[in-house]
Amino acid sequence: MNDAQTITVEVIGVEQVTPLIKHFKLAPAAGGSLPVFSGGSHIIVVMQGAGRVHKNPYSLLGSPLALDTYEIGVRRMEESRGGSHFMHDAVEVGSRLEIAHPVNLFGLDKIARKHVLIAGGIGITPFLAQLEDLHGGSVPYELHYSVRSSEHAAFLQRLQRREGERLHVYYDSEGQTIAFETLLATQPLGTHVYVCGPVGMIKHVIATAQSCGWPDSHIHWEQFSAPPVGDAFEVFLARSKLSVHVPPDQSLLESIEAAGVEVPYLCRGGVCGFCHTRVLELDGELVHNDHFLSEADKAKAKSIMPCVSRANCKRLVLDL
Amino acid sequence: MSAVFKPEETFRGDFNYSNSPQAVRRFPLPFAEDNYMYSVNIEPHLPGPLGSVTEFAFDVDEHYVAECRERAIVLATEPLRYQAMPHMMSSQWDCLELIMESLAHDYPAHFSLAKQGNRWHWINRPLEIDQHFTFGDTATLPREPLDYITRQAQGDFVVMDQREGDLWCEAGMVTTQADWSLDFDLGMTFKEWHGPVPLAHELQVFDRALKFLLNLRLGQPVRRLNWTMTINPRLDTSPENYPQWGTDRAAVTAQNAGDLVHLRVELQGLWRLPRSNAVVFGIRCYLISLRQLATVPKWARRVHRVLKDLHPALVDYKGLTRYRDAAVQWLAPFDDGSPTTSGTAPE
Ligand code: HEM
Ligand code: FES
Repeated sequence: MNDAQTITVEVIGVEQVTPLIKHFKLAPAAGGSLPVFSGGSHIIVVMQGAGRVHKNPYSLLGSPLALDTYEIGVRRMEESRGGSHFMHDAVEVGSRLEIAHPVNLFGLDKIARKHVLIAGGIGITPFLAQLEDLHGGSVPYELHYSVRSSEHAAFLQRLQRREGERLHVYYDSEGQTIAFETLLATQPLGTHVYVCGPVGMIKHVIATAQSCGWPDSHIHWEQFSAPPVGDAFEVFLARSKLSVHVPPDQSLLESIEAAGVEVPYLCRGGVCGFCHTRVLELDGELVHNDHFLSEADKAKAKSIMPCVSRANCKRLVLDL
Repeated sequence: MSAVFKPEETFRGDFNYSNSPQAVRRFPLPFAEDNYMYSVNIEPHLPGPLGSVTEFAFDVDEHYVAECRERAIVLATEPLRYQAMPHMMSSQWDCLELIMESLAHDYPAHFSLAKQGNRWHWINRPLEIDQHFTFGDTATLPREPLDYITRQAQGDFVVMDQREGDLWCEAGMVTTQADWSLDFDLGMTFKEWHGPVPLAHELQVFDRALKFLLNLRLGQPVRRLNWTMTINPRLDTSPENYPQWGTDRAAVTAQNAGDLVHLRVELQGLWRLPRSNAVVFGIRCYLISLRQLATVPKWARRVHRVLKDLHPALVDYKGLTRYRDAAVQWLAPFDDGSPTTSGTAPE
């Protein structure tokens, strides 16, 4: 989709909640209230960086009922191409940003008999809003939150205060790990598991749940890959008849957009499949960083998700 | 359009129904060309021209009061035309909010909505309803929220939960449908309830439509037109009541087709709902007799051609088999073979 309908927000609060994570509060610049959303939703934040536009997805972590502000948590990515650095270094109280309407690609299953939520690090953010929905409901749930060490445990007090013994925290620094096999082997029928965190954790949870006999429909995960940096390459857009240069620290999608060509997108994180683009010619290899294409499709190299994926090539022609 | 309501209209019995000349001009003809085939005909539900049926999110026209009464008549004997599964409650409130806010905003002369936090005050002047209630508290409304608000709206509504990469039909108010049943479709997935539709599966219409709808965005509703034909201006052509209307088809002749045969157009809107992440599907039904349709020369020519050449599988699925020829014959004198301009405007 496009950003025809972005909302201008003003930053009304910034708090460093861990050494790597900042918590931002955004209020509508025009006053009034923001759109209602459901737990698990994210927004795309559009940032006007120096000579460059960044568009990053961030989960909404506040209460879906408190619509005078949206809250997001931003982790500073080690090798970020700018989005998270921009948020950390250039955004302060009073800054203005554009955001798109919330989209939910990680909703709670409404007929689940029980929910098991598993978070690693910054992956806690989508769960914070979901907990608002779960809290006070009649469906049982538990939250397993794994962090590097206590100083990295973002939003822990908020969680402890509200969730009590439904919350289980694991500190890497003290050698604590989630016993996934036991956890997933002992859940009642009709339980759904949700995981958000580092890729390794997500893969492990999916594999473990599958080996315990969980149906795929009961396993939910979300991970927004920030578009990784890579080597520069050239791409030719066949329908627009345009040659576009993709620098190391800009994504393929961003470069195409900067050339004035619109590509539909929802998540900009390699999840939704919306930016799916056909590869017409390739001399070299694609670097797939998305979670949408199957391994088989990735190997075929006939399509690419330009929001996160790149190429190592002499020539790449896209059907755009 | 500031319509004058016609509360005396009926959609059964004596079928006291017609379109005013203004209503004819704004009729949503679904044929932009002289032929028709299924396609993924989805477009953004953006405000259309002043006075058109898409000027507002929900079109309230001269048939409003009569259609709401017709719905009440159906529900009085067949309460299962409204159903909602328990996990759909948050989507019910979403729908109530969407409809109330739209109507109050778009038709301030007829509807108003005042809010003080969760305490809402709703006024529906045409139906003489004045309701104070607490948003989110079902006990403060006389009925479940979806039931309550769709009794005050034209057209049917189906609400779908989204999970497992599919849409599940799990709540709805369906009293003005073209031969399908909510009771039967409840609990089904997108492709299951579209099971009976011919050709479209092979054309991958449903694969693409579903993919699109799963990604439908908040604040960016879409719409499409669908059509069939109905004998008499009968809104409730349900499979449950087939014995009451199925036989009407046998009465059609080339002489009376102009008055008996009605083009039935559904303006279908789709909205993502904010709290529930569900999708609501509105099916707003417009009926026009061939005689009234033929008052617009371009439309008469076009409908004649579309009907004459319609794919046999569609003729069959839409239930036109018995009277298609009679309708084509009735329309033939209006078609001198001259070209029609593209697009649906009356000319
Ligand atoms: C998600 C909301 C939708 C609902 C609840 C819905 C429901 C239905 C139902 C109940 C029928 C009648 C099936 C029967 O004969 O039993 C139908 C027919 C059909 N639907 Fe949908 N539909 C939806 C969206 C769509 C969309 C987005 C398309 C896009 C192409 C579509 C295309 C069709 C077509 C082509 C037919 C056949 C209509 C005819 O020839 O009369 N539907 N739909
Ligand atoms: S925008 Fe969602 S996968 Fe690329």
